[in-house]
Amino acid sequence: MRVRNTERYKSEGIQLQMTPMIDIVFQLLVFFIMTFNIVTQEGDFNIKMPRAADKGPPVPDPPQIIKVSLRCNSNGSLKTIQFGDRPLGNFELLRASIIAFVGDDPGEAALKATEVEFDCDYNLRYEYVIEAITAVSGYPDEQGNIVTLVEKLKFTPVTPPGG
Amino acid sequence: MRIKKRLGKLQEGDMTPMIDMVFQLIAFFMVLVNFSKAEQAEEIKLPSSELAKPAEDPIVSPITLQVTKDGTVLLGGERVDLAGLRRKLQLEVAVLKSQDKRASDATIIIRADGSTKTGIVQEVIALCQEEGIGFEKFALRAEWQKPIKREPDP
Repeated sequence: MRVRNTERYKSEGIQLQMTPMIDIVFQLLVFFIMTFNIVTQEGDFNIKMPRAADKGPPVPDPPQIIKVSLRCNSNGSLKTIQFGDRPLGNFELLRASIIAFVGDDPGEAALKATEVEFDCDYNLRYEYVIEAITAVSGYPDEQGNIVTLVEKLKFTPVTPPGG
Repeated sequence: MRIKKRLGKLQEGDMTPMIDMVFQLIAFFMVLVNFSKAEQAEEIKLPSSELAKPAEDPIVSPITLQVTKDGTVLLGGERVDLAGLRRKLQLEVAVLKSQDKRASDATIIIRADGSTKTGIVQEVIALCQEEGIGFEKFALRAEWQKPIKREPDP
């Protein structure tokens, strides 16, 4: 009788209880779902703006400085875009003007030699400045690679409203 | 006899595929979860740009300034006006000096709301460039927006 009993246990074997493991797995899942947050990707536009009075050897000014002016209405919305002294209707035209000036997909030498200076009204909404920098810096081509048009950017000194 | 034998062994619904799916989900979230808290204030809505792709190399010595719509600046979670910002930046420069780094090597990351007045952002930048503070590298942050498909010119 005993032998038969142990034989029965041998054939059944030891059953591993899966339930606690599945419970822990669900706990982990809930943890990761709670800590998961969807963030939009953020990228940077880099500007190097050392002070004018520098102690080191003076960096030669790039030979071509393009002045882009952005004028706004009293509520901060964009009124005019000017490329030099030429008024433009929208940022697409600004990009086209830049391409006409430096050429499409300019090489290293052209990138070093060109600088765009932004002259913006105090009350202009910041998003228009970013749009202008986007229009001037380059564009994504069909494959999604970025074609760089201008690398050097700077701002004219700010004049607070009312002088 | 046969019926009895079949009823004797009740087969529970097989849980194995569901557990497999749960493991897949866990692996998915484990890969995606990002524990590093990048400095992001909820109230600031960054302007978007199709060129704002995240940089591949991490920025050396970053200092993040969050500029709100009304012109206050948050630095390290503390809300300050321009005078307070000057003091905090001087502290940051002192910290950098104690680490044998210069202000000109650090990058100021500016996260400004899209509706902020440009003049205020320019004043913040001018403050950072002041004598005694001396930051030179700035990064204007924008949200990456997928390029909108443009129609070819006729």
